[in-house]
Amino acid sequence: MRVLRVGEDALLVELPTGDDAQALHAELLRRRAAGTLPPVTEIVPAARTVLLDGVTDPGGLARSLTGWDIPPPPAHAAGTVEIPVRYDGPDLADVAALWGVAPEDVPRVHAATRFRVAFCGFAPGFGYLTGLDERYAVPRRDTPRTRVPAGSVALAGPYTGVYPRASPGGWQLIGTTDAVLWDPAREPAALLTPGTPVRFTAVDAPAERGRPA
Amino acid sequence: MTGPALTVVRAGALTTAQDPGRAGSAHLGVPRSGALDLPAHLLANRLVGNAPGAATLETTLDGCAVRAHRAVTAAVTGAPSAVTSDGRPAPGGAAVRGPAGAVFAAGPAVRGVRAYLAFAGGVAVEPVLGSRATDLLSGLGPEPLADGTVLPLGKPAAPPPPLDVAPQPAPPRELVLRLRLGPRDDWFTDAAPRTLATGRYRVSSAGNRVGLRTEGPALVRSREGELPSEGMVLGAVQVPPDGRPVVFLADHPTTGGYPVVGVVPAADLAAAAQAAPGTPLRFVPLRRVAPRAGQVPGGGSSVPSGPRSRLSSSGVRS
Repeated sequence: MRVLRVGEDALLVELPTGDDAQALHAELLRRRAAGTLPPVTEIVPAARTVLLDGVTDPGGLARSLTGWDIPPPPAHAAGTVEIPVRYDGPDLADVAALWGVAPEDVPRVHAATRFRVAFCGFAPGFGYLTGLDERYAVPRRDTPRTRVPAGSVALAGPYTGVYPRASPGGWQLIGTTDAVLWDPAREPAALLTPGTPVRFTAVDAPAERGRPA
Repeated sequence: MTGPALTVVRAGALTTAQDPGRAGSAHLGVPRSGALDLPAHLLANRLVGNAPGAATLETTLDGCAVRAHRAVTAAVTGAPSAVTSDGRPAPGGAAVRGPAGAVFAAGPAVRGVRAYLAFAGGVAVEPVLGSRATDLLSGLGPEPLADGTVLPLGKPAAPPPPLDVAPQPAPPRELVLRLRLGPRDDWFTDAAPRTLATGRYRVSSAGNRVGLRTEGPALVRSREGELPSEGMVLGAVQVPPDGRPVVFLADHPTTGGYPVVGVVPAADLAAAAQAAPGTPLRFVPLRRVAPRAGQVPGGGSSVPSGPRSRLSSSGVRS
């Protein structure tokens, strides 16, 4: 663990692996819920780091952090979010080729994987989900699309993500979901919050999105 | 007593509702947003008797004009401009009372960039995650104003305080931004702090509410690749591949993959919000108060960049 000062009142905690970052994030949430974490405005996990912003005594917290005993996150946490997916994405064949499997095997592998939301970014409610084996990492598309539809289930690098709303994007699209990823009237507004366990389930319905079933 | 109370007569180049923003949801990918010149926003609210969190209108370079459908107290702060109430000159930085039907206008900024129009009761657009701020990066909050936009006002909380005219800092002729080095200054050559301190930078016209962009000498990287995505703070000076520092403002992305050479204290960002394109810019790197806190030997201090660099790690590209 390495703790870097960020400006006047923030700390960036750097961990050796993404799993370590997720474990520290879980521990920070536990301590905040227990009232033993000094007040902070933001706890922002990312690929290998956790950012603590709005820290009253960053020096003191930095010194105490390095002595923490951090348990690994539970393997099969309760509260798994299930996301039904039509595996009908336009990049399914490309992903199958990159993986070296038949196109019908992509949904099988993806839906059998236990994911966890490592962090959010890019857009409100856009989660970066880890869980796929390293060998299934794929590059972004050479030319990003100017418009990726909302609900697109997509892969890039080691991550799976679901576009909360239509936006430009360069990820490989493997499917579509009708799940509502972002709803400001909901608490929390994001369906996929950091730390949440996620499963994707394959559904057959070939109906186009937005058309009545 | 909310209801249609204002109609936008002239929206200007970019006018948005702003308040102190929605900090606290960065872990969901939600930028903090909020008024770029926060002291000007707070002063405008104080002049009309609003709480600090009431929404004001933030204009960009050429002001705006709104018609009030009821008698209302208004104030304009921030970038100096010709303020009028029903066509008559009115003081800036002061409470102005107008009758129902009056048009309040802030003209083009004489200097500076952003003016703030506060109305007693506050602009009462629907809040999103506790804030009425328009976030231009993520699209949260109300759309930017257009001609004809109708806005509700809240109920005035109290009579405005007996404060006639309030002094305001002038927009900067030279923008001076202090900078605390790190967390990724080690991604740049040893010359980077000197380049920042002595380079002749200017405020670029390509800036926006997401970040103040700069023109000037490029900072030279000492290592290749992209960082794995990491959390970003307000005032972070991110350095994209072209080497020109970008100072993150309120609508900045919550995570990013370009290294942050240093962080500008929040107190300096109000001046940054008022620095017009072309303004000379000087960075003043601050010495570290203490050595980097809490370094633990053998704790994975190297940042992998090789195989990961082919992946998307910039939070703003997905």
